Amino acid sequence: MTWRKLLRHETILALLTVLALIVLASQSDKFFTLDNLLNQGRLMTEVGLIAVLMTFVIITGGIDLSVGSILGLVAILLGVFWKNLGLPLPVAIGLGLAVGTLAGLVNGLIITRFRVPPLIATLGTLALYRGIAEGISEARSVRGYPDWFFVLGQGQLLGVPMQLWILGAVTLVAAIVLGVTVWGRGVYAVGHNETAARFSGLQVDRIKLAIYASSGFAAALAAVIFVSRVSTTRSDMGTGIELDAITAVVLGGTSIFGGRGSIIGTVLGLILIQALTNGLSLAGIKSDGTIVLIGAVLILTILLSNQFHRNGNR
Amino acid sequence: MSTEQAPSFIAKRSGLVRFVSGYGQEVVIAGAIIALFILVSLISPRFLSANNLNTIISGNAYIAVAAIGMSMIIITGHIDVSVGALIGVLATISGTLATAGYPVWIAWSLPILIGIGINGIVGALVAYGRIPSIVVTLGMLSILRGGLVSITGGAWINDLPPAFHLAQQRLLEVPVPIWFMVLLTLGAFLWMRHTAFGRSLFAIGGNIEAARASGIPVERRVVQVFMIHGAFAGLATVLFATQLRIIQSTVPPNLELTIITASVIGGVSILGGTGTVIGSTLAAILFSAIGSAMIFINVSPYWLRAVIGVLILITVLIDMARRVREQRSAKR
Repeated sequence: MTWRKLLRHETILALLTVLALIVLASQSDKFFTLDNLLNQGRLMTEVGLIAVLMTFVIITGGIDLSVGSILGLVAILLGVFWKNLGLPLPVAIGLGLAVGTLAGLVNGLIITRFRVPPLIATLGTLALYRGIAEGISEARSVRGYPDWFFVLGQGQLLGVPMQLWILGAVTLVAAIVLGVTVWGRGVYAVGHNETAARFSGLQVDRIKLAIYASSGFAAALAAVIFVSRVSTTRSDMGTGIELDAITAVVLGGTSIFGGRGSIIGTVLGLILIQALTNGLSLAGIKSDGTIVLIGAVLILTILLSNQFHRNGNR
Repeated sequence: MSTEQAPSFIAKRSGLVRFVSGYGQEVVIAGAIIALFILVSLISPRFLSANNLNTIISGNAYIAVAAIGMSMIIITGHIDVSVGALIGVLATISGTLATAGYPVWIAWSLPILIGIGINGIVGALVAYGRIPSIVVTLGMLSILRGGLVSITGGAWINDLPPAFHLAQQRLLEVPVPIWFMVLLTLGAFLWMRHTAFGRSLFAIGGNIEAARASGIPVERRVVQVFMIHGAFAGLATVLFATQLRIIQSTVPPNLELTIITASVIGGVSILGGTGTVIGSTLAAILFSAIGSAMIFINVSPYWLRAVIGVLILITVLIDMARRVREQRSAKR
């Protein structure tokens, strides 16, 4: 029953994506070139990493609004550790990833220990983490990173952009963990009925802590790739990226109430959004017009999918 | 979503205790504002100058007004992340009408009607389309923000007629935004407590099935609450658009989060069912007072957001601790 539900939404989405790709390809002959598609993958990576982990968060019935701020904070700290403290860049990157994971863990602790609703807890840390980033940086940017660092965000491996490999690996691991393992089934159980999950012996709090910490790690990884791609560090990096990630996840069929969703759906959601953004800009429509379309697609897809579900259920 | 807490004013206790526990958050915030004013004025007496008080209270009145509507939405068990974008769009419409030579009362009132209309659609999608409000408003955020920038290109609106600047005018020596803030807050507070309609919002947010069973037309109410919220967003726009000489036709960054934060710090439970608009208005004043105080005591304003983040977390943790204690004493 659950599988049929999942397939339904994802089928709608896949059809929509294919339709969009066909229309866009007919609008511009530059769209379906390998170069363009790979470049779009490059631009998709930061939101993608965050959205894949956000899928876990939302399946447990939670939400993480602080990821954009964690991205900004880690980006700033990367610059501070390397330039102001004079640490070697690999060490700075490692510390940045650790801080991001810690920031996610703090979210998890506020949510599990104090029973604060995730929306409010991460709304608070959204302001806190971005505030720390702004306070430390005072609107100064850090530049002048060594050349090897740019490989991560601008380089290639076997003709494929470096960060696409990272995104692919993270997505694959996430899909396996969520779809096949016992732990993954536990994630659905927590979102479907937390009390029942607790009574059936699941370590609900530990599952949530791990998920929020991973969400922080994904945001930190996105920060490192972001800095490497644009070659500079600023405190306003990643502002609003949480809404883009949530849009992709929800578009991908993950229920905002928890208990339902998949990594494949999220990936389809990401591809549809990126294809629309890029294809329409090649067809001569400004990117702001595309944002309008993405909003409309989000509402319509969920509306459609809701209609199908209700017909199937009742 | 929440079913566990009964409204605390049901409990029979002595007058003062009942007042403090019924309006706990409001009293705490009012105390925080007073403490802040005393402390900062000891360091820098100019903090209490009429000019600065005016900036603190009047300059951010539009946030308090928008937070009234947001509080109603959250009390009903919903959320709206598109309100900042809506205010940006309505402000642009208002300024465009004023510079195009329409009478100022049209430039003030048409945005309010458009706000009601747009949020009526949002409410209908939430209530009858059964889409979670966070999803609908997330989509609406994209539509409004993208639409605004693609039509206007983010241009500034200059040359506003002098009569347009309602927020700079005074009535009986008091700035107009303060009148708006105080009257709308009190009106909404009384309306929510003493009318069947207002009380039904708490019922829907507290337990939707119970509300339905007791005959409240839940779907229609949700649409109506979203429309009322749209009206408050429109009123907030009037204050926001008329306070400066220019209007930038973009979405004010993070405005929706500031408004939601004011509601939540003011004691509106994100789980729905409890809260008052007096708390959210006090919280909006507290924010701008903190922002101003940081300048007066020479703390870098870059740290403002971090301070507000800490404040949100402390308030929420205290609120959760109080809830746990109330539940324990209710069980006993």
